[in-house]
Amino acid sequence: MKFSEYLKFLIYGTLFGFVLMKSEVVSWFRIQEMFRFDSFHMYGVIGTAVLVGIISIQIIKRSNVKGPDGNPITIPPKDPSQVKRYILGGSVFGLGWALLGACPGPMFALLGSGVSVILVPILAAIAGTYTYGALRTKLPH
Amino acid sequence: MFEFLTQPWPWYVAGPLIGLTVPLLLLSGGKMFGVSANLRHICASCNIGNVEFFNYDWKSAGRWNLTFLVGSVLGGLLGGVVFANPEPIQLAASTISDLQELGLTNFEGFVPAELFSWSALGTGTGLLVLVVGGFLVGFGARYAGGCTSGHAISGLSDLQLGSLIAVIGFFIGGLLMTYLLYPIILS
Repeated sequence: MKFSEYLKFLIYGTLFGFVLMKSEVVSWFRIQEMFRFDSFHMYGVIGTAVLVGIISIQIIKRSNVKGPDGNPITIPPKDPSQVKRYILGGSVFGLGWALLGACPGPMFALLGSGVSVILVPILAAIAGTYTYGALRTKLPH
Repeated sequence: MFEFLTQPWPWYVAGPLIGLTVPLLLLSGGKMFGVSANLRHICASCNIGNVEFFNYDWKSAGRWNLTFLVGSVLGGLLGGVVFANPEPIQLAASTISDLQELGLTNFEGFVPAELFSWSALGTGTGLLVLVVGGFLVGFGARYAGGCTSGHAISGLSDLQLGSLIAVIGFFIGGLLMTYLLYPIILS
């Protein structure tokens, strides 16, 4: 990867982290509010993000735009037959999301904002990922 | 301008901007937006015990994404410190009263000080929230094949049925925690 490429992804990540802070989706309280259906805020953020995503992907697919390497842009589909992994894995993730009040993106943005103790859940999340990798063949998918 | 950068952004400004991450990364060579894949790349970079799931070329697969992740830490610094919002978050009154009933008193900042501090790690509740919470996020994200960004944003944007099922799972777990388990944990 060229230096300019690194710089590009660094800038995209910075913008993403900045919007996560400004939209307050990094807030443990906002996640509580969402799961209690007390405010439209989180649903509005995720809903409009998906809307823009759907429109963008449709435009990219229909216009056959090529990536920087000259190849057409393809998106690998998710296997819809793995219902168990989506429901079980999704539920485990949801338990953690509500308990910690942060998903992976916000965890790292919070670290930058000075919540130093978030390093503990980040390390725990790496341990969780490692545990999944080690147990993967024994879990229903 | 400074005022726009320090004040919180409404959902109809922030949501579309987050959504734009999807085409920005796709147009950078078919990269799919998904933060939790980085946790796998980190495991792969130091694959202790030679687990098969982490035997892949993490550098070519993940350098771009890990760079994006470093950026999101910088974004947190800019949005949370340099251009910090001086006002407390405008939470719904019903959420505040629910949380007060559970014993929380401090509603300042992005996280409750009672649970998110180094000293809270010495309490059973703090340990549960920070260690078990983080562990479940990392385990569940990889088990489900993605997190909020990979499934709820990227996957739904690509109209993937699997992602919709995963998001339903996110809410099954989230509602179970919020209404059944959290009241027990905080009592």
